[in-house]
Amino acid sequence: MEPILELKNINYSYHTLDGETKALSDISFTLEPGSFTAVVGPSGCGKSTLLSLIAGLMRPESGQILLAGKPLSDNHENIGYMLQHDHLFEWRTVYRNVLLGLEIRGKVDAASRRKANELLAQYGLKQFAASRPSELSGGMRQRAALIRTLILDPELLLLDEPFSALDYQTRLKVSDDIGQIIRNSGKTALLVTHDLSEAVSLSDRVIVLTRRPASIACVVPVSFHLENDTPLNRRNAPEFKTFFNKIWKELNQDD
Amino acid sequence: MTKITPGQKQYLRRMKRRRYFILTARILILILFLVLWEVCSDTGIIDSFIFSSPSRIALCFWEMVLDRSIFLHIGVTLYETIASFLLVTVLSVLAAVLLWCSRRLSEILEPYLVVLNSLPKSAMAPLLIVWLGATPTTIIVAGMSVAIFGSIMNLYTGFTTVDQEKIKLIYTLHGSRRHALFKVVLPGSVPTIISNMKVNIGLCLVGVVIGEFLAARNGLGYLIIYSSQVLS
Repeated sequence: MEPILELKNINYSYHTLDGETKALSDISFTLEPGSFTAVVGPSGCGKSTLLSLIAGLMRPESGQILLAGKPLSDNHENIGYMLQHDHLFEWRTVYRNVLLGLEIRGKVDAASRRKANELLAQYGLKQFAASRPSELSGGMRQRAALIRTLILDPELLLLDEPFSALDYQTRLKVSDDIGQIIRNSGKTALLVTHDLSEAVSLSDRVIVLTRRPASIACVVPVSFHLENDTPLNRRNAPEFKTFFNKIWKELNQDD
Repeated sequence: MTKITPGQKQYLRRMKRRRYFILTARILILILFLVLWEVCSDTGIIDSFIFSSPSRIALCFWEMVLDRSIFLHIGVTLYETIASFLLVTVLSVLAAVLLWCSRRLSEILEPYLVVLNSLPKSAMAPLLIVWLGATPTTIIVAGMSVAIFGSIMNLYTGFTTVDQEKIKLIYTLHGSRRHALFKVVLPGSVPTIISNMKVNIGLCLVGVVIGEFLAARNGLGYLIIYSSQVLS
């Protein structure tokens, strides 16, 4: 199968008047369609930079990013990006927040409005469509943000620590919830996180990055033999600890 | 509806009493001030010729109401103030948007804005009259000159302090800088724009009155300067 995303020898440095900081060094990996990959690494190692490059917000200094075999500049329409915070706009209703991406692309019509209503109903936000974001709980807000991304029908979802702003209990619930939504939608996902248990519970492969400048330390495949393979069930499975410890060891190798 | 507990009822009553107290105190201060002024001027503690008294002011006002001259002066000043306020609001939003669109331009112009804002506008008013003549336009420009530069700087600062992550969100949805402006920066800055307008209306009135001091045949500023000359 053709990989949906292919990174070849990506390098990136930040430039300031005080000098240059190398953030990414020779990163290469591929994502298969429908897979869920997590990227973990020490904080400040350049994980978010990686997502910004893939989303086309910044350009790599050298190397190549191919989306479905084509260079990124040709078709970055198919990438959805979820940020750390939901960034729902308080001056819009939930419904109009969900439509934001479509508005920007000039694609608001009867069909897309119907789709917005369907998604809101499907994810339990129907009665909040006319509410302001501040009336929603943290988990509901994150779900609204996910709908805002999914309504554009992206082939690839980039998740930049999307649960880190939530309190622990909500985080477990929301990551379980959103993990299942993404799995059931069959989208390819790339999750950046510093939370190892989140990475293990959600993904089927974990890419471990080194300290800055980040390069790939190793790739750990994650698979559970569960009847009902959900993030919460994974956390209770005996294999969970094995994977966690393995990644933990890889992360702390250079100490 | 949930039942209101005695505790809640008591709290609501306390809040209500507090509101009434504040309102009463405000009115009392005004009345006290007027009474004190009246008494002081009647008993000769202050010179009633210079300081006047509330009753005389009311009488004078009533006379001007009867001969309708007060309406002309208030109307002229009101018109000039509102005109300069609206112009300041529109122009400063446009200028701030322009500065936001080009970071380079805003860096180039920043020192000039600071200097223009700190110019003593009342000292500049005579120059305005020489340039533009003694017309209502001059007075509107004088009103604008007091408010506009500060307003541009405040709005621009407001625009730049909009959460950068929200702008990043627009880019992740493949929006352009124009989308960032119309979907995030402007709607997100509505509170800043409104508080800025509140300051501007006062400043415009100050500028208009200064202008009328120097170059008007009617308006409240003219009335003040006329009276003070009659006094001397």
